[in-house]
Amino acid sequence: MTLAAILAEAKRADAPNILAAAIPYFRFLGLRVEAGDAGLLVVLPAERKLVGNPVLPALHGGVTGALMEAAAILELLWQRPDALLPKTINLKVDYLRPAGLKDTLARAHVTKQGRRIAHVRIDAWQDQPDRPVAAAHAHFLLA
Amino acid sequence: MTKPPAKFDATLMATILERFIPHCREIGMTMVSATPERTVLKLPYDARLAGDPETGVLMGGVITTLIDTTGGMSVNMRLGEPTSVATLDLRIDYLRPAKPGETLFAAAECYRLTRHVAFVKASAWAGETPEAESNPIAECLGTFMIGDASAASGAVAERPGKGRPA
Repeated sequence: MTLAAILAEAKRADAPNILAAAIPYFRFLGLRVEAGDAGLLVVLPAERKLVGNPVLPALHGGVTGALMEAAAILELLWQRPDALLPKTINLKVDYLRPAGLKDTLARAHVTKQGRRIAHVRIDAWQDQPDRPVAAAHAHFLLA
Repeated sequence: MTKPPAKFDATLMATILERFIPHCREIGMTMVSATPERTVLKLPYDARLAGDPETGVLMGGVITTLIDTTGGMSVNMRLGEPTSVATLDLRIDYLRPAKPGETLFAAAECYRLTRHVAFVKASAWAGETPEAESNPIAECLGTFMIGDASAASGAVAERPGKGRPA
C-alpha cells in the first residue's frame, strides 16, 4: 500500500494514527496521534529504550528532536491536499528543560506554507504545555 | 564527589556509549574513535528507523540522534572526564539522504570550551567508502552545557571548581 493510499484512508477515517503507524520510525517510537482543532497532538510514550541519560533518567535529546520533526511531518501531511512526504531541509532544536522518563507531547504549527518550502515551529512538553522541554523550528521541502 | 573509577579514555567512553546509554544500545550505535580533538561514532542501517516506508530512507531524526550523541561525547573527550553534558541546542542541515542499507557515521569536534558551555561542530556521512566522508549527508553546529544536566531547568547546582579552561 502506498503512502498516498494510507494517507487517504487515514483522512477518510479522521484517524491520523493510521498514518503514524505506516512510517517505520514512528512505529518504533510508538507515536500516538490525536486530531484536534489546534492541529495534531503527537504523543511519545515513555519507554526505557528511548533514554539517553540513565542517571537522571532523561530521554535522549535526539529522540526529543525526532519527536518534533515527526510532529511537523505529520502536520504537513495532514494539512496538505497531496501525499508528498516532506523532506527535512534543516532543523533547529533548543533544549529548555530535561525531558524525564514520562510521556512527551508535541504540536507543530505551520508558520508559512510556500509553493515548495514550508516553515514549521514545534513545541514539546511533558506535564504542562506552558513548561516546554524543547522548542524547534524547521524547513521542509515539498517537491 | 567520587572520582571516575578508571582512567578516562576512548575505551571507557565506548563502554558508556555501548552499554549504559539505553537508546544508543537499542539502535546499535558504536564508537569508531575518540580523541580530545575528534570523536567518531557509527550507526548501522536499521529498517525500523526508516522515515519513508516506500524507499526505506532513514528519518532525519535518526541522524539528529547520532549527531547529538557524537557532539556530547566530543565534549567529554575534550574535558577528559565523563562529566554530565546536556544539549542546549542543535542546528542541523540535512544535505542529502543516506541510501538504505548504508552505515551512518558522525564526527564531532568541540572547538571551544568555556567553564559552562561547549561549542561543537559535527558532520555526518553514509557508507564506508574513502570518499564518503567528503560527501556529507548532514552538517551541524551545536552547544552543550557542562557539568550538571539539570542546569537547563534553571536549577544550577554548586559544584567544586576544577580549574577547567575559562
